[in-house]
Amino acid sequence: MFVLCKHSKKLKDLPGNLKIKQNSLSIGIIVASDYQHQKVFDKTIIRKRVEIKMTLLSKEQLINFYRKMNRIRAFENEAIELAKMNLTRAAIHTYNGQEAIAVGVCAHLKEGDYITSTHRGHGHCIAKGADLERMFAELMGRKTGYCKGKGGSMHIADLSIGMLGANGIVGGGIPIATGAAFALKYKQTDNVVVCFFGDGASNQGSFHEALNLASVKKLPVIFLCENNNWAISMNIGKSVNIENISERAAAYGIKGLTVDGNDIAQVYREFGNCLEEVRQGTGPVLLEMKTYRLSGHYFGDNENYRSKEEVISRRQECPITRLENLLIQEYGVLPDELKAIASEEKAMVLEASNKAKLAPEPQAEDLWNDLFAQDFENITWQPFVKS
Amino acid sequence: MLVTFAQAVGDAMKEEMRRDDRILVFGEDIAEFGNIFGITRGMLEEFGPKRVRNTPISEMAFIGAAMGAAETGLRPCVELMYADFSLVAFAEIYHCIAKWRYMHGPEYKLPLVIRSAMGSSFGATGEHSNCLESLYMHSPGLLVASPSNAYDAKGLLKEAIRNDNPVMFFEHKQLYKTKGEVPEEEYTIPFGVADIKREGSDVTVIAIGLMVGRALEAAEALAKEGVSVEVLDPRTLVPFDKEAVRRSVSKTHRAMVVEESNKTSGVGAEIAAMMQEEMYDELDGPVVRVAALDVPLPYNIELEKYAIPDAEQIAAAIRKML
Ligand SMILES: Cc1ncc(C[n+]2csc(CCOP(=O)(O)OP(=O)(O)O)c2C)c(N)n1
Ligand SMILES: [Mg+2]
Repeated sequence: MFVLCKHSKKLKDLPGNLKIKQNSLSIGIIVASDYQHQKVFDKTIIRKRVEIKMTLLSKEQLINFYRKMNRIRAFENEAIELAKMNLTRAAIHTYNGQEAIAVGVCAHLKEGDYITSTHRGHGHCIAKGADLERMFAELMGRKTGYCKGKGGSMHIADLSIGMLGANGIVGGGIPIATGAAFALKYKQTDNVVVCFFGDGASNQGSFHEALNLASVKKLPVIFLCENNNWAISMNIGKSVNIENISERAAAYGIKGLTVDGNDIAQVYREFGNCLEEVRQGTGPVLLEMKTYRLSGHYFGDNENYRSKEEVISRRQECPITRLENLLIQEYGVLPDELKAIASEEKAMVLEASNKAKLAPEPQAEDLWNDLFAQDFENITWQPFVKS
Repeated sequence: MLVTFAQAVGDAMKEEMRRDDRILVFGEDIAEFGNIFGITRGMLEEFGPKRVRNTPISEMAFIGAAMGAAETGLRPCVELMYADFSLVAFAEIYHCIAKWRYMHGPEYKLPLVIRSAMGSSFGATGEHSNCLESLYMHSPGLLVASPSNAYDAKGLLKEAIRNDNPVMFFEHKQLYKTKGEVPEEEYTIPFGVADIKREGSDVTVIAIGLMVGRALEAAEALAKEGVSVEVLDPRTLVPFDKEAVRRSVSKTHRAMVVEESNKTSGVGAEIAAMMQEEMYDELDGPVVRVAALDVPLPYNIELEKYAIPDAEQIAAAIRKML
C-alpha cells in the first residue's frame, strides 16, 4: 500500500496503516484504503478502519446514513416490483450495492451545491432529497412525475434540490457538471458540483475533455467515479489498463483519490476532505469510489458475463450489511433497532409508490408542452399538427 | 427457413465471417454477452476473441478505429449499440468516414459497416429512440440501409459487408423479434433496389423500416373499402431507387412517405422534394408526409404511441388523398 501526495498537510491525516511514497511528479494519486481490486476485505483491515471511523462519526450520523441507504434499497426493490407489474417502461437500472456512495457524499452537500447523475441515478436523487412520490410517478410515466411522464427512470432532475439531471448518454453528464461548476465560480460562490459517473463512462472522450477543461479553469467540481466493476458486460479489468481510475487525474494535473465506496465512514470522511479543498478554490478532484453492482445492469439482465459465485462473494461487502455490522459490533446498536429502521423506510417507500400509482396519466395535448421557452402560438409555423 | 430478424442479422455476419477472415466485429457488449438483443450470441465461440471484440464505451475511438482498420485492409463490421449513441462518434462518421474517399480517390477504400439498433421501443425515451437515417443521408459518401424484414436484413447486410463503401446499417428494435422466410441458400440484395411489398393502383406509399408493416396494415384495411394501395419499401435510402418510385407513381399518380422519425427535415422531406422536382408530371396531388410529431419521443407509452404514426393514422391520411 502506498500513498502519493501533493499536499504535505494531508499526510498527517492518513490512517496508520498507509505508507508514504515520495511522488516524483508534483501531482499524485492518493489511495486511501487497502482496497485490493476484486478482493474481499480481510478482518484486520476492517478493524483498523473502525478505529478511524469511531473518532469521526457519531452513532446518530451512522444511523441516519443507515436509514437513507435503506430508503434507496427499498426504492429500488419497489421499482423492480413495478417493472414486474408492467407499470414502468424501458430499462430500470438499480443502485443496489452502491448506496454508501450517494448517501455519504450527499450528506456533505449544502444549499446551492449541485449534482449530476447517470442512467443509474435513483440513489443520487434520493440521497439529494428528491421526492419519492414524484420519482415513482415518473417511473410509471405519470403526469405528476418529475418529467411529467416524458422522461422516465433515466431522466430525473430536480433543480429545486440542485439535482441537474440524470442522463441516457453514458458520459453525457460530465461536461454538464463542468459547466455548472463554471457558473458557480463565475458567481463567486463557494458552492461545488458533484459529478457522478461510472467506470464505463470514464472511457468516453467527454470525461477526458471535461477533466482537462475543469482543470485549466480550476473549477469547483468533484468528478466522482463509481467504479462498480462492470459496464453492462464489460469488466473493469478489460476496459482500462490501470489499477485505479483515479490515476487518470495525473494526466490533467489534478488530485486523484481512490477510496472504498462500500464503506460509508470512509466515503464520508474522504469526500469531506476533498470537498473542503474544492470549496476553497483549489480546483477539481477526481475521486474514485470502488464498489460493486449487486444487481444486473438493468432489470431483466441475464448476467451471462459473470458468475453467480462472484456476485455471492461480493454480496458480503454490501455497504448496508457492513454498516449494520459496524453499528452492532462497535456502537452497540441492537439488530432489532436496525430492523425497525429498515421497515420504517420500506413502509415510507411503499406509501409513496402507492400514492404515485393513483396519479393521472399525461394527455395527448401535454406532448407539446415545454419544448421551447417562448410560446410560438402566434406564428404560422406549427410543428405539432397530428393529421 | 423461418427466422427472426435478429437471427437473420447474426447469420449474415457469421456467413460472411466464415468466407473472409478480414471481417471482424467489435462494439460494446457483443462478445460474452452477445449483444442486448442476442444478435452476436455464439460469435465469440465460433470466431474467437481475435475477431469478436468488446470495446470500452468509447464510441468515437472505436468508430474511428474501424475507419483506420478499413483503410488498411480489414473489413470491420462494427456494432454501435443504439443509433442514438452514434452521435458521440458523429464527426468521425459524418466527416472522415463519409468524405475521405471522395477527397483521396478511388484507391482509398473504406469497406466498413456500422450496425445500429434504432427506433422507438415502448418508452425508451428521447435519448434511446431515435431514427437517424436522415442525418446520415445528408453526408454524401455514406450508404444508408434500413431494412423492414428478416429476408431484406440478411441480404442487405451481406451486401453491405462485401461492399467497398462505408455503410450505415439501421435495424429497428421492434423488428428484431419478427419472423420471416429466409432461403437456405446464399443470397445478397443489391443496394438501391426498392421492393414492392404490396401491389396497388390508387396510391403509392413509400414506407421505411418499421413503418412498412404499418403501411401494409393500413393497405389491408383500405382494401376492404375498395382502395388499392401500393407499398414500396426503398430498403436502402442511399442509394435511393428513384426509378421504382417513378414506375409506381406513373401508375397511381399519388404518393405518400411514411417514416418513424420527426417530420421536419426527415427522410420524407427529401423524397417528397425529389419527387416534385423530378416526377411532377406524374403526380395528381402533393406528396403527403406521415411522420412522428416534432417532439422528442416521450416515455409515457400512450404519448409515445400518439407521437408515432400507426396504421390507422396512415389509413386516415390516405383516405384524405383520394
Ligand atoms: C454513449 C452511450 N453509449 C452506450 C450506452 C449504453 N449503455 C448504457 S449504460 C452502459 C454501461 C455504463 O457503465 P458505467 O459507466 O460503468 O455505469 P454503470 O452501469 O456501471 O452504473 C452502456 C454501455 C449509452 N447509454 N450511451
Ligand atoms: Mg460500472
